[in-house]
Amino acid sequence: MHIPDGFLAVNTWAPMWVVSFCGLGYCIKRAAKILKDRMIPLMGVMAAFIFAAQMLNFPVAGGTSGHLLGGVLASILLGPYAGAIVIAVVLTAQCFIFQDGGVTALGTNIFNMAFISAFMGYYIYRLIRSFIKGKGGIVTGAAIASWLSVVIASGACALELAFSGTSPLRIALPAMVVVHILIGIGEALITSLVISFILKVRPDLIYEGGIK
Amino acid sequence: MRKVDILYGLIIALFLAIMVSPFASPWPDGLEKVAQSKGFMNKEIDKPIIHAPFPDYLWPNLSNEKIATALAGAFGTVIVFIFGYVVAALIKLLKNR
Repeated sequence: MHIPDGFLAVNTWAPMWVVSFCGLGYCIKRAAKILKDRMIPLMGVMAAFIFAAQMLNFPVAGGTSGHLLGGVLASILLGPYAGAIVIAVVLTAQCFIFQDGGVTALGTNIFNMAFISAFMGYYIYRLIRSFIKGKGGIVTGAAIASWLSVVIASGACALELAFSGTSPLRIALPAMVVVHILIGIGEALITSLVISFILKVRPDLIYEGGIK
Repeated sequence: MRKVDILYGLIIALFLAIMVSPFASPWPDGLEKVAQSKGFMNKEIDKPIIHAPFPDYLWPNLSNEKIATALAGAFGTVIVFIFGYVVAALIKLLKNR
């Protein structure tokens, strides 16, 4: 879902840059308060893992592929603030080293793929955990939140395309959401598998800090 | 985190980048597919704003695309690990200030 340069008009990408720049500043401030020494290498490893996993496009219906976004996965292990920062690191490297995602679109891509999953996605995950206790709640929350984060991000992407005059909302919104309902299933499968594996080998890595 | 855990994590990431990514689906992703079918793919600008060293996750000047992908993936995984680590360490410095 990396938006390239040209899809977004300046009326969209410029304000989204400001939003993401300020948002990241806020995340850094909040992450600094909770960052423990052990989280420093974990942030590096999570960034590397999500970068590699994002290269693994899996086929979905109709000659279309999808790949992990990883925002909910990162937030479950690092909390939403450090999680969003990790995804922003991945997106920035992809933009400037691999030309994946535009320079003007970087702010928008950070909003769609880092902030929506780290905040909306992570809150949904914690909400589900408050209803389903124990490991089952963690895995169920991971699956539902990661699926929803992909679908919501695709809706946000359609709104941005419409606001830019690239594609009308009545066309872009259903098209984007329908295909990402399928891609989101892959996101949910990978996220819940990785979380189940971590629960087996290093359950202490699950972030349990406050979210307020 | 113990050093050995960092190593395990990096090995898994490198394994995915080197051994699995060359066999990833070449089909367009969700957004690209929508852009093609709804007719706005041509909006993408022809000339990139910045010249990234490894466009499309390919190591340049290699005829074997699978090896080019694996090399670019391995390079990226290491760079992104360092980038993430440095950003985290800088945030930690902010805390101690």
